[in-house]
Amino acid sequence: MSTDIFQAMAQSVIDGEKEEAARLARQAVTDGIDPLVAIDQGFVAGMRYVGEQYTLGEMFLPDLVLAAEAMKAAIAELEPEMARRGTARQVLGTVVIGTVEGDIHDIGKTLVGTLLSANGFKVYDLGVNVPLQTFLDKALEVNADIIGLSTLLTTTMINQRKFVQALEAAGVRSRFKVLVGGAPVTRSWAAEIGADGYSEDASGAVQAAIQLMQGG
Amino acid sequence: MSRPSFELISTEQVARILDEAFALLAHTGVRVSLPEARALLASGGAAVDENAEVVRLPEALIRAGLQSAPHSFTLYNLLGEARLTYGDDQVHFDPGSAAVNVLDADSGRQRPAQSADLLRIIQVAEGLPQFAAQSTAVVCADIPVPIGDLYRLYLVLLHSAKPVITGAFTAEGGQRMLRFLAGVCGGAQALRERPVAVFDVCPTPPLVYSAFAAQSLIDLARAGVPAEIVSMPLAGSAGPVTLLGSVVQHAAECLAGIALHQCAAPGAPIVWGGAPAIFDMRHGTTPMGAVETAMMDAAYAQVGRSLGLPTHTYLAASDAKLVDAQAGLESGISAVLAALAGVSMVSGAGMLDFLNCHSAEKLVVDAEAVRAALRLREGMHELTPTLGLEFFVGIDFRADFLKQKVTRQLFRAEQSLPSAVIDRGSVRAWEESGRLDTWARARLRVEELVAAYTPPDLPPAQAQELRERMAAEQKAVSA
Ligand code: B1M
Repeated sequence: MSTDIFQAMAQSVIDGEKEEAARLARQAVTDGIDPLVAIDQGFVAGMRYVGEQYTLGEMFLPDLVLAAEAMKAAIAELEPEMARRGTARQVLGTVVIGTVEGDIHDIGKTLVGTLLSANGFKVYDLGVNVPLQTFLDKALEVNADIIGLSTLLTTTMINQRKFVQALEAAGVRSRFKVLVGGAPVTRSWAAEIGADGYSEDASGAVQAAIQLMQGG
Repeated sequence: MSRPSFELISTEQVARILDEAFALLAHTGVRVSLPEARALLASGGAAVDENAEVVRLPEALIRAGLQSAPHSFTLYNLLGEARLTYGDDQVHFDPGSAAVNVLDADSGRQRPAQSADLLRIIQVAEGLPQFAAQSTAVVCADIPVPIGDLYRLYLVLLHSAKPVITGAFTAEGGQRMLRFLAGVCGGAQALRERPVAVFDVCPTPPLVYSAFAAQSLIDLARAGVPAEIVSMPLAGSAGPVTLLGSVVQHAAECLAGIALHQCAAPGAPIVWGGAPAIFDMRHGTTPMGAVETAMMDAAYAQVGRSLGLPTHTYLAASDAKLVDAQAGLESGISAVLAALAGVSMVSGAGMLDFLNCHSAEKLVVDAEAVRAALRLREGMHELTPTLGLEFFVGIDFRADFLKQKVTRQLFRAEQSLPSAVIDRGSVRAWEESGRLDTWARARLRVEELVAAYTPPDLPPAQAQELRERMAAEQKAVSA
């Protein structure tokens, strides 16, 4: 019976059905299934399948994004139960992400955030046109591991540099890994400003974030 | 003579698109993040939710804007010469704008654009009659950011006798550019009477006017300098997945912009423009060379034309990374579609990699596509009293048409002459001249155009004025 429900959970993620995913999560709580087991053996299995199929070119961004949304809905239902049991989901890391001040390009940053969360990161998306101080405040508040700065404009790339400098000035540079991206951002720019990670697209950003968590 | 034209959608569909756009603006509304703009719209009869910054626009307000917006306007150069008209069923092309990188011809790799690259593109475009206007084609990495938008405009004004399609990066930047233009054109009134530039203004899809965009519309309207709304629903991400759905969003964004702009200054020139794209569901990119992108453009241009407005779009660009076969086919096909769709100004030539990269070499190849597209749009000329009969008098079954005077007289009217970028010679000639491919021929053509470039005949005092004003702005910013 448990394997059935785990399969249904995986399928709800694969189908991108968030109401169904949430319903199955509630059922797991009623049935006394450990939320961590439900996540690992049910929902994450579905997410992994979608990720693989996307890499193979058999599934597409809408599949990926809807799967991530279903996953989020399920976890939201399970969170109170985890809190009650005093357990917590093993997240790969906590990421604060946003588009820097002066820039309102939203789509790439949101996609990166979605894929990070689908791949096991806890993501706080601050939106666009985000003042540098807000990144830092949020990162301190949630004790982030990674701060992700997106920008699409050559005119606002400078804010990525300023942010690294601000972390140094605040004496907290070593507490956070800084991940940068966006169309005009290059590996050499990332190196020049002293960022820790760089990626040119969303799936690369997930790899980069995993590497950063492994200390790379 | 009938002009060939491409009408992708039916008259009923045009009407439905407008009906739905009006309904969207009346019920959902637009978010306008500038208090002054909301106040202007409120005074025109819009319902404003100040907390949510949402403005709901009654159809009558928008109709009033459509009524007062001019159906055409003329652009000039700094010498005061009329150079082109937006509207009046004319079709023009200009190079794409604001690339981050250029494709370095020697290395074949992208690198950040410098002011020398912009100058080179200006010089090349100046020698190509296919481009009626210049653009501020790249953002120069060697120029301080705060004056970057002005500096690009300055370079074009100094080095070209064509009008320029441009845009600002911030509201203050836009104001600085307008002040500068008024200064070098002999005052605000002269600029209004003989505008030399068009400014792109981008709503944020879906249905948002940022404070910057709203401020730009107001400033441009009051200055009487043409504003070009560049609405870009990205079908499937920042717009509905269906092409028609995104065209509805496009119409709503343009109508809202026109309403605001005309509230600020009725009668000021404004363009129904855009740069939508489909969203590639494999790569998360915004392909400008996709046929579906061109289809949205053709459809919204038809909507704009039905309202009698001048139109604009982004086509003749490619997503290829080199000036290769993909670049040629995407740019060529879309240039043809844009011309047949009757778009007043088609921006995008020279661009690669989703508008991220510019290439002077691509520009000269695209110029050939534009030449072909414009020729196609001329349609089948009727140059003689009979269509064919008269040519056969005395021919007596010999292939002697080359000997007819009329052949010498009319071939130029019939055939648009390509440059050496297009190879129509024999294979032997091609072998002997070094087996050059399109890319190699394009490089030669760029060198040729740069060598042949002649600067505009600006009176020394005016050139001096340009330089001094630029220097003053530079100083003001670094102070
Ligand atoms: C933290 O770690 C990471 C890691 C990876 C990261 C990352 C963070 N962030 C992104 N990535 C990476 O992963 C993502 C997924 O694969 C990728 O994200 P992307 O964002 O690159 O990709 C998205 C999934 C799809 N791509 C996009 O969404 C961007 C597409 C293009 C066409 C674009 C769009 C759509 C828009 N624009 Co703008 N826009 C352009 C863009 C051209 C281009 N090809 O980039 C660009 C960036 N824009 C430009 C310009 C000039 C402007 N835009 C402006 C406005 C807009 C819109 C609002 C209309 C719209 C955005 C809508 C929205 N809701 O987000 C204005 C800026 C306003 C402002 N202050 O921000 C304005 C200044 C135009 C004007 N005059 O008003 C150009 C920049 C020029 C430059 N040198 O900087 C531009 C290259 C186009 C062009 N040639 O004109 C990767 O970069």
